[in-house]
Amino acid sequence: MSMLTLDVEKRLGDFAVAARFETAGGVTALFGTSGAGKTTLVNMIAGLIAPDRGRIRLDETVLFDSAARIDVPAHRRRIGYVFQEGRLFPHLSVAANLDYGRRMCGLARDGAETARIVKLLDIGNLLDRRPGKLSGGERQRVAFGRALLMRPRLLLLDEPLASLDAPRKREILPYLEKLRGEVPMVYVNHHAPELKRIATSVVLFDAGRVAATGGIEVLDAATAELMG
Amino acid sequence: MLELSPDEWVAVHLSLKIALVATAVALPFGIALAWLLARKHFWGKALLDGLVHMPLVLPPVVTGYLLLISFGRRGPIGAFLADHFGIVFSFRWTGAALSCGVMGFPLLVRPIRLAIEAIDRKLEDAAATLGADRVWVFLTITLPLAMPGVIAGMVLCFAKALGEFGATITFVSNIPGETQTISAAIYTFTQIPGGDAAASRLVLVAIAISLAALIVAEWLARRAGTRFHGE
Repeated sequence: MSMLTLDVEKRLGDFAVAARFETAGGVTALFGTSGAGKTTLVNMIAGLIAPDRGRIRLDETVLFDSAARIDVPAHRRRIGYVFQEGRLFPHLSVAANLDYGRRMCGLARDGAETARIVKLLDIGNLLDRRPGKLSGGERQRVAFGRALLMRPRLLLLDEPLASLDAPRKREILPYLEKLRGEVPMVYVNHHAPELKRIATSVVLFDAGRVAATGGIEVLDAATAELMG
Repeated sequence: MLELSPDEWVAVHLSLKIALVATAVALPFGIALAWLLARKHFWGKALLDGLVHMPLVLPPVVTGYLLLISFGRRGPIGAFLADHFGIVFSFRWTGAALSCGVMGFPLLVRPIRLAIEAIDRKLEDAAATLGADRVWVFLTITLPLAMPGVIAGMVLCFAKALGEFGATITFVSNIPGETQTISAAIYTFTQIPGGDAAASRLVLVAIAISLAALIVAEWLARRAGTRFHGE
């Protein structure tokens, strides 16, 4: 059971993020309105931006500790990241995109695992193509595959469906459900019905702070409040 | 009439050698500097940027003279390189390559810098999360994506090196077989009676080489372009 422990502060201009929570494997939903600082938080977990103060721990590994001056660089954290806009490498084929993390992490080639993920995400017919020739849904499925094939200890999903229209979202959601057992995830989203299908626990985020934590019932309370 | 004499062949061969060596040696420095100017903020950046562009705006004779007093046999850098590494520039083809490289350098750096500035840095962040350290990010993401700019810069630098005249003749003179490039040879032929035929032949060669370089560059850029947009 993988555990992420986090207690960080970060000031960006007028906006401040101060968050403290723990996750216990499964899919942790980071839920809140846009502009609540969710992406900032996820970037701190990935190591793309450094908190001003605090600690981030994944299982027994300290990823960041301002007091002990520890800041493991992003490329050594082994944390997969699926971005809102996919960010596939335009000069590489889909197959080379999928293989990129394995090569950079120095992992042995594992044809069976690659084949399994490719089948799981249904992207076998895309392998020779360039990202520029993919639809939005295909692009995000490849981005999921690329992040999974580096064998991450944790997978960060930053609104991976936000750039897609409703039919594309319905196309991807079943794949996301299938990925649930693969790796612990932190899933950033502001769409409660999507999250309910996938999340196992919820961190409710508001104006840079954690407003509530718990099971998916937190979502119901939060949506009721938003509606009311 | 179109048959080149052995001396003319020597000038053509020498020009190509000088231009290729100048471009190849300048390339790694050009890429490093382009990256520095595109990505880093440091004290004296504007000054460095200005220095790189100097050969573009200075009279070539001035650049040649500055090279002569610094890289000549009695110049501080020239004497040091000759004593410690046995590298001599004055009145050698290597000196011609140096002056051509210096003159072509601003034309090499600029397109590469613009190409690097145009790259979406979010792609580099994505590569970092996939386990690539800075060096690998540069080699597998930044450099391939900047390749059209690198090609454009190389072609401009090569063309400049091929046609360079003023700085080269000031720095290393006009010695047949050593520093006499096509441009210098054409100039010499126009100065002697009955040299028109030879000058015309070399002019045609210069046009042919320049045209070939442009066609190759276009083809390379197209190839680099299709790699991004699928075939």
